[in-house]
Amino acid sequence: MRGYAPILILLLVAVALPVVILNLSRLLRPHWPTPTKYSTYECGVVPVTEAREKFSVRYYLVAVMFLVFDVETVFLMPWALQMKELALFGLIEMGIFLFLLLFGYGYIWSKGALTWE
Amino acid sequence: MDTLSALLHLSPETFWMIVKILVVFAGPLTIAALLTWVERRGSAMIQDRIGPNRAAIFGFRLIGLPQIAADGIKAFLKEDLVPAEANKVLFWLAPLLAFIPAVLGMAVIPFGQSFESGGHTYHMSLLDPGNGMGMLFPMAIGAMAVYGVLVAAWSSNNKWSILGGMRASAQMVSDELSMSLAVIAIFMTAGAYDPHDLIQAQYGLWNVVPHFLGFLVFFTCMFAETNRLPFDFAEGESEIVAGFLTEYGSMKFALIYLSEYIHLVVASALIVTLYFGGWRVPFVANPGPWLSVASFLAKTLFFCWVFVWVRWTVPRFRYDQLMKMGWKVLLPLSLINFLFHAFLMFRRG
Repeated sequence: MRGYAPILILLLVAVALPVVILNLSRLLRPHWPTPTKYSTYECGVVPVTEAREKFSVRYYLVAVMFLVFDVETVFLMPWALQMKELALFGLIEMGIFLFLLLFGYGYIWSKGALTWE
Repeated sequence: MDTLSALLHLSPETFWMIVKILVVFAGPLTIAALLTWVERRGSAMIQDRIGPNRAAIFGFRLIGLPQIAADGIKAFLKEDLVPAEANKVLFWLAPLLAFIPAVLGMAVIPFGQSFESGGHTYHMSLLDPGNGMGMLFPMAIGAMAVYGVLVAAWSSNNKWSILGGMRASAQMVSDELSMSLAVIAIFMTAGAYDPHDLIQAQYGLWNVVPHFLGFLVFFTCMFAETNRLPFDFAEGESEIVAGFLTEYGSMKFALIYLSEYIHLVVASALIVTLYFGGWRVPFVANPGPWLSVASFLAKTLFFCWVFVWVRWTVPRFRYDQLMKMGWKVLLPLSLINFLFHAFLMFRRG
């Protein structure tokens, strides 16, 4: 673990600096709260309805597709690093894996999951 | 090196570690602060305006450089507004979540050639080579940046913020795929994922030549990852007010703003390390510590400028265009790049 000490120190510094700055500025900055000032910004009109409402299902779809393809890249990495040792066996294995994935990719493309209107 | 550390009553290792932490922390921070000025002066230059030139220290205008200090002081002294509807804890946490991953990003990137002095080998990256994380660390930490944006958007409880946050999340994940595929192709040809080894492998020929397609993909993704124009849909000041930053002001805004620029510096450093030979100098086999650091800095600053340059030259995309490009153009392109290099590697045996 000794090798990772610098990164922990850097993390501490990175946490400390914003915390210190934000708290220091509290000593100097003005504080005159009025209700209008603290209301939610909505182009100058009184906010109507909740902000945290339903949103397009496409975002959810993108998240699911990302998960599938990201796991794919994670699986690709060890193979890419050990390519020479795995030789032909690895190539065939990876070819099957990639074929299945590309098949799925073509499927979601044809189903229109990648089109954003 | 030894005399310096003896002067401070520290062992050379500890002394070098402190120097490295200072460099890795303060270096990107300083460049980021300068970039806020470069951005405005550069945009003024490109658009044939004057740009900020009024701020002065004791009457010296210094081509507008005091503007950085003026902005910092202004943000520091501004009243801090936390909207009554907002989630207070998360609203405070978001600037931290944006700042920390930005600063950590530089931790494994070598900013110069390792050198020997007094029997010790000094490595010019915060973590020594062979730390087991390698290039995966900046990529993982870079992916954490989305939390700062999302938490800021969600906690503000503002419609514009949430629109910006949703966009940012989908945009960042879409481009991460093509980005990681492009990087894995480099891991494959180099047979390693430690940045020191990657730079070692770029001796004689920088990766940008064999991996040109990968470079184009990676470069484009970096704009989406750093939320910069032409892909700045999280902020999108011409359509959704200021996106996830709408409710932010004073020092909290300054912190998020600064961390975006630090991300830009880290992105430039990543491009340089992966595709432009890191600290390598053309036609010099062993540039030595000073020249190598200068070379790395020059390349990184150049790419920082390219980010600014592109922002003020290229018109912005539409959101659906970005998603279409990410999934239907960049992903196939990076896959082709990957398969092409896999094929070449296999042919060579």
